[in-house]
Amino acid sequence: MSALLEVSGISVTFDGYKAIRNLSFEIGECELRAIIGPNGAGKTTFMDIVTGKTKPDEGKVLWGEMSRNLLKMRESKIAQAGLGRKFQRPTVFEDQSVEDNLLMALKNPRGAFACLFYRPSKADRARVGELAEEVGLADQLSRTSGELSHGQKQWLEIGMLLAQEPRLMLVDEPAAGMTLAEREHTTDLLVNLAKTRAVVVVEHDMEFVRRLNCRVTVLHEGSVLAEGSLDHVTKDPRVIEVYLGR
Amino acid sequence: MRQSFIARNPSILIFLLCLAVFTLAVTSMSHAMGAGVISTSFVKTLGKTLCLCLVAIAMDLVWGYCGILSLGHFAFFGLGGYMIGMWLMYARTEIIVAESLANAAIPPTPQEVVDAIGTQIFGVVGSSDFPPIWQFAHSLPAQLALVVLVPGLLALVFGWLAFRSRVTGVYLSILTQAMTLALSLYLFQNESGLRGNNGLSGLQNLPGVSASQDWVSLWFLWGSALALGLGYVLCAWVVSGKFGSVIRGIRDDEARVRFLGYSVEGYKLFIFTFTAIIAAVAGALYYPQAGIINPGEIAPIASIYLAVWVAIGGRGRLYGAVIGAALVSLVSTWFTGGMVPSLPLGFYTVDWVDWWLVLLGLSFVLVTLFAPKGIGGLFDLLSRRREVDQ
Ligand SMILES: Nc1ncnc2c1ncn2[C@@H]1O[C@H](COP(=O)(O)OP(=O)(O)OP(=O)(O)O)[C@@H](O)[C@H]1O
Ligand SMILES: [Mg+2]
Repeated sequence: MSALLEVSGISVTFDGYKAIRNLSFEIGECELRAIIGPNGAGKTTFMDIVTGKTKPDEGKVLWGEMSRNLLKMRESKIAQAGLGRKFQRPTVFEDQSVEDNLLMALKNPRGAFACLFYRPSKADRARVGELAEEVGLADQLSRTSGELSHGQKQWLEIGMLLAQEPRLMLVDEPAAGMTLAEREHTTDLLVNLAKTRAVVVVEHDMEFVRRLNCRVTVLHEGSVLAEGSLDHVTKDPRVIEVYLGR
Repeated sequence: MRQSFIARNPSILIFLLCLAVFTLAVTSMSHAMGAGVISTSFVKTLGKTLCLCLVAIAMDLVWGYCGILSLGHFAFFGLGGYMIGMWLMYARTEIIVAESLANAAIPPTPQEVVDAIGTQIFGVVGSSDFPPIWQFAHSLPAQLALVVLVPGLLALVFGWLAFRSRVTGVYLSILTQAMTLALSLYLFQNESGLRGNNGLSGLQNLPGVSASQDWVSLWFLWGSALALGLGYVLCAWVVSGKFGSVIRGIRDDEARVRFLGYSVEGYKLFIFTFTAIIAAVAGALYYPQAGIINPGEIAPIASIYLAVWVAIGGRGRLYGAVIGAALVSLVSTWFTGGMVPSLPLGFYTVDWVDWWLVLLGLSFVLVTLFAPKGIGGLFDLLSRRREVDQ
């Protein structure tokens, strides 16, 4: 299986603090991967680098069949290339309705003129309805998203991510603030999605990761500590020491 | 579910109706109609106010909707005025020169006519040659095109440089102020070719039109009302759809918009240039009513006032900008025109011509602190009360 995303040897320093050290990571087409690691391990920073928010001091990030260098691209171009991201803290446009949020994320031309003359087609509206159904917000479409609960914002952001139809989804702590039932729904959703695209999930909750039933990468102090099945990595003495033992 | 654009925005119809009623009322009370309730100079003031409302809408679009606090949009307004002023001055001087040379024994050559016009226009700055920028001043269509092109290009180049380097927030505001200051200082120089600090004058006289100012002022009132109405509908359309969603998204969280795949810089550049052009059109309608334009009009403070109007009226809603601009500029004319009686405090007499700015500054601070939604926020209260009643 050829890699969809290939990260090799990246390092980042923030004010003298090495947040990422010589990190290498690979994810294949239609692969589901969980990333775990203690607070400050560099999980979010890793996503920042891949999506173009943070420029690393060194290393390479290659994408897709053409092995395009993501480090040379702007954030918007990276997103257009098919990388979607859900943030750790839910970030939706609070001032706008759930429907507008979803419409904005929907996979359609992104140019200024295209948007100026864009009017939602029947198919687009149907798709928005479907997405809202999927994330349990079907009866909230006209509500201002700032009024939603934390969990609902979380769902809305997942809905926006789905609307973008990315080839690779980077999902940062999707289950925070969700009830048990919602967590189960989220795992099912992610497992399902990974059948047609690659998904990288950052999560602290072990039960959640177990239910994903996928390869796990353990990050510690900015580099990969262990990789393999959950059972495999949880038996690794170094992992137990830095993460599970605490 | 799918409604037409107007049906989704009832405020547009209400606004257009108010504008039409206002224009008709002023017209019927004007001198030209024989009523004479409203003096011609006040008709001009009202016409100018409509132009200020138009530039305020532009400011609201760029600041209230897209979050770019530009403190330079009055520069585009002024440039629009200069562009139309060049034609007004040239064409009128040409007529005057032609009249005075008509009685000459030998018919003048075309070059002599041009020289005579040059002497008339540039005599005050000790010159008689036409600077290259007056190349097209004889042609109304050309100068009308320049009204759009010159400020549009300036905004495009400036915006491209600023947004590409991701200059945002207060740094961008400072940069726009610097641009405004530079432009104003440049125009103050005689070498700028636009008559230095004298500016362009006599713009109220339309070349070749013999109608009295009573009528001319009315025509401009109608023109300004039409421009404001069209501008309002156009801006409301721009912010109504997905484009509006994106720019409001940029205002609230531009990084998030980038991760959705939108080129934030492109959108900002579009809005910045588009609003600069609206400002320029407003300026081109304003200065013929004012009669004179000079570099002082482009002073950095003018652009700051613009932001104050929009803040007081309520940003993020177009009618808020209109209310703010109309109210503050009219009240300002009233106070600074010496029409308000001074306030004797015994130990000190408050002369409003001087103290008006203090009052304006104070109301700006109060609005910012206690009513961040401005006057427009009152409408929210009203509509909420109606919802509760139902
Ligand atoms: N922009 C920044 N400037 C300075 N330091 C930063 C910045 N972003 C992250 N860091 C630091 O880099 C380290 C890694 O942060 P990161 O957010 O990637 O951790 P994380 O693994 O996502 O942790 P958490 O589980 O708490 O979300 C932390 O020590 C953090 O303080
Ligand atoms: Mg994190």
